[in-house]
Amino acid sequence: MLRAVPLLSLFLFAALLAPFSARAAMEIQVVGGAANKIAIALVPFQTAPGQPAPALTQIAGDDLSRSGQFRLLDASGVQQPVEPAQVDYGMWRARGAEAMVIGQVVALPGGRFEVRFRLLDVVRQTQLAGYSYNVSAGQWRATGHQIADIVYEALTGVKGAFSSRIAYVQKQGRRYELKVADADGQNPRTVVRSSESIISPRFSPDGARLAYVSFEDKKPVVYVQSLADGTRRKVAAFKGSNSAPAWAPDGRRLAVVLTRDDASQIYLIDADGSGLTRLTHGGNLDTEPVFSPDGQSVYFASDRGGSPQIYQVPVAGGEPRRVTFSGSYNVSPAVSPNGRQLAYISREGGRFQVRLHELASGQTRVLTDSARDESPSFAPNGQAVLYATVLGGRGILGTASLDGRTHARLSEPGVDAREPAWGR
Amino acid sequence: MNRFVWPCLLALALSACGSTGGTQATVEDRTGGTTGAATTTGAGTAATAGGAETTPLGGQGVAGSALDSRQIDTGVDPRKSPASPLSSRSIFFDFDSFVVKDEYRSVLEAHAGYLRARRDARVILQGNTDERGSREYNLALGQKRAEAVRRALGVLGVPDAQMEAVSFGEEKLRNEGDTDAAHAENRRTDIVYTDE
Repeated sequence: MLRAVPLLSLFLFAALLAPFSARAAMEIQVVGGAANKIAIALVPFQTAPGQPAPALTQIAGDDLSRSGQFRLLDASGVQQPVEPAQVDYGMWRARGAEAMVIGQVVALPGGRFEVRFRLLDVVRQTQLAGYSYNVSAGQWRATGHQIADIVYEALTGVKGAFSSRIAYVQKQGRRYELKVADADGQNPRTVVRSSESIISPRFSPDGARLAYVSFEDKKPVVYVQSLADGTRRKVAAFKGSNSAPAWAPDGRRLAVVLTRDDASQIYLIDADGSGLTRLTHGGNLDTEPVFSPDGQSVYFASDRGGSPQIYQVPVAGGEPRRVTFSGSYNVSPAVSPNGRQLAYISREGGRFQVRLHELASGQTRVLTDSARDESPSFAPNGQAVLYATVLGGRGILGTASLDGRTHARLSEPGVDAREPAWGR
Repeated sequence: MNRFVWPCLLALALSACGSTGGTQATVEDRTGGTTGAATTTGAGTAATAGGAETTPLGGQGVAGSALDSRQIDTGVDPRKSPASPLSSRSIFFDFDSFVVKDEYRSVLEAHAGYLRARRDARVILQGNTDERGSREYNLALGQKRAEAVRRALGVLGVPDAQMEAVSFGEEKLRNEGDTDAAHAENRRTDIVYTDE
């Protein structure tokens, strides 16, 4: 079951990250998991004086647990091997480990650290991956997520998504904050503050910009904001309502919903606010557009059949094709990165839940056990769905694996979180 | 924004860059005047604060002084008189309905009369829904309620140019409770005069 990958040894300079600030972050709670989990031991790395907290094995371990595909073995109170030659494979085998991670942190001049780690196949007694990083303290969490990504890909064959980011809106009293955080809800940074509501954030395909809807002008207006410098522009501020932005895969165009000519209808517009063209017609309610990964079509929710259902229309225009047929309320479509699945919110028996829809077969299944789910979006690797729900009267975020077996909840005490979106 | 203000804004934008500095560029948007202020913050490494849209206007605007309404009008604003149907600003809807009920005829006739008499008056019709379901879908549903009121006022002779139908969906709940009565308070269109 363990797949070997070529040994790589290189310096990896983690992506640019904002400086850290100690702010309240989300708490994570994981429920359930896959039937056959990979047993892995993350042996605490040999530490360096002054290294940031928490430990890298803690960050990576939390990531792997959240996926539901790993069982973390207790690796405390044992010797800390740094090189493969120091590993007592028999002991780890006896403890049930199929794989293990060892490593060390070395302090470098200028407050930097060298992080070396190796992923070992305990059964074959071989190295599956080995990396060395030269990082600043500000890149500490990113390094932990990188390690989790490498372990995940080496052991499952699927790219990890632990280094990705999420956006969401936090409401506290009458204050709204649009936030960007690591995929585990940590390291949150506020990118917009407002006394009016903000909804529908969407990362551009390259992750550099956020489109969102703000009500600060006493009506919904679509903004696009650069995450690097905080500058933004109104992309759609036409007469009436402007909402539901969705990026085309090329990052140059957006689909938006406008009411300037008619009831809520879907339009295409360049990211600089030029080149407006209308995509849907007919005076029904059309909203929540999302592009297929090939950029050739747009899925959206519409009441044209009498109840809210998901439809698909070519970007070149044409007659929409109905996609969902069961149930009387199917809205908020999201498309998986490979284009083969939809996730959307369906209402059944008064419960709003995340439903996964295999487009080839038309088969669907409910992924959650909550009752007020909203805003599903896929992880960049397509392995999980992020959504908002309500628990104990408070808005929280959740992730569900595609088999529906693993659920993680991200919440911050006393704070309402909603409108999540998963980005790169 | 007129051509006149631009040099001012650019100058302000540049001075804002100098004062914020650091690795996180923070700019405040007060361009909305009386509307809610929004602040944007850079999440990446660093850069200058550029966009004029997120530049503070500061005290550079034209100063005006309040006019005593009694000098230009003989009475109080009729829209504010509790006895007038003009003081009614909300049209409520049944569950899953987008039809203006007949009981609002007198209220709508009063507003139509006011708007016909004052062609410089403008209204924003804000449609609202209860909180159940998708926010974006509810935004579109709220728009249907705003449009229903806009059409009703249009039939009563109010020109389109004086009205804008927009939606707040479930973003402006009047009652945050989870009861049928609370939901009923939220299913409404608010008539908002832009000069108030």
